[in-house]
Amino acid sequence: MAVGLPENVFMTTLDAAANWARSNSLWPMPFATACCGIELMATAASRHDMARFGAEVMRFSPRQCDLLVVAGRVVMKMLPVLQRIWLQMPEPKWCISMGACACTGGVFDTYAVVQGVDRFLPVDVYVPGCPPRPEQLLAAVIDLQDKIKAGGTLMGREFAAETTPRGPSPFDEEELKRLRGLPILQSQGTSSSSIYIPGQPGTNPGFSVAGRREGIHG
Amino acid sequence: MVDLVELQQKYGAELTLSEFRGDRRLVVPADKLYEVLSGLKLDFGFDQLTDLTAVDYLEYQDAEHRYGVVYLLLSVTTGERLIVKTFLNPPHLELPSVYPLWKGANWMEREVYDMFGILFQGHPDLRRILLPDEFVSFPLRKDYPLQGRGERHNFPVITRAES
Repeated sequence: MAVGLPENVFMTTLDAAANWARSNSLWPMPFATACCGIELMATAASRHDMARFGAEVMRFSPRQCDLLVVAGRVVMKMLPVLQRIWLQMPEPKWCISMGACACTGGVFDTYAVVQGVDRFLPVDVYVPGCPPRPEQLLAAVIDLQDKIKAGGTLMGREFAAETTPRGPSPFDEEELKRLRGLPILQSQGTSSSSIYIPGQPGTNPGFSVAGRREGIHG
Repeated sequence: MVDLVELQQKYGAELTLSEFRGDRRLVVPADKLYEVLSGLKLDFGFDQLTDLTAVDYLEYQDAEHRYGVVYLLLSVTTGERLIVKTFLNPPHLELPSVYPLWKGANWMEREVYDMFGILFQGHPDLRRILLPDEFVSFPLRKDYPLQGRGERHNFPVITRAES
């Protein structure tokens, strides 16, 4: 052990010191396109107060931010803008995908809506919910702080090593089948005759109206 | 109130006027559309074009035509409203632009072009208004799949190392 150190000096690694500083002063870039943006604002406002976790400095220039919060659905016309914003942010940077739409497209399974920004961007923390409560976003910020503290390096070696995309493949298998004119739903005919019994596997008819009613009352 | 007999005397007997729950609908053949709309504005006082939209009747029960284009007119002085409707069939998806009559038709005709691919002859700037310029389909046509033809997935994937 080191000897002769004064009382107000402690030893650590450069990585740990950088992680400690970075995780406690995240500067969010709010990419708020829908109702999640309102919850994001509420999280930053006085009642929930994201400043308690050092992430209160919302900047509207990506050059000054290190945390991209994608709050809301992203349409195909907006995705190149989002990607450019991500590329404009200086290293080290992280991304929170907030809400069902940003994570998966949510209920908007249409030609115009990107089915999850993680198909085209590296996402660190996903927040479920439609929209998520501010507490959930705070939990995501705390999770991200833990992630930075656990794996961060001073020079960002962990980022440089990550050369494969994190998210799912941009194309769905179903979508590829449809584009090639192949049948997508093969077991459609059997669903109408079976009855959905909750708790019993193999009887759920999926998305038929009857199945939903049974599911609600069962 | 617009009188059908008067309109038919002026523009021909093909015009029909029907009423449903207080809404009066005038059906006009496409080649007489501009003439009729011009007359409705200048002679009958319909000085405002409230809305301009279109309908795709593909697989619609008892439909005789593929597309319907709908003009919702309002006379600001009398408060009278009139729906003017015309039908189109492929491959002739062309209509005269009503931009010279109502300036507000500019963006509404662009939207109808964007979503249905109906061309408006004489429009000052007929390009897509909502979808990106590279888009090639017309998504409100009923033969276009709801989830698209892969446009929403056609982007480069950014990995963590290259960003």
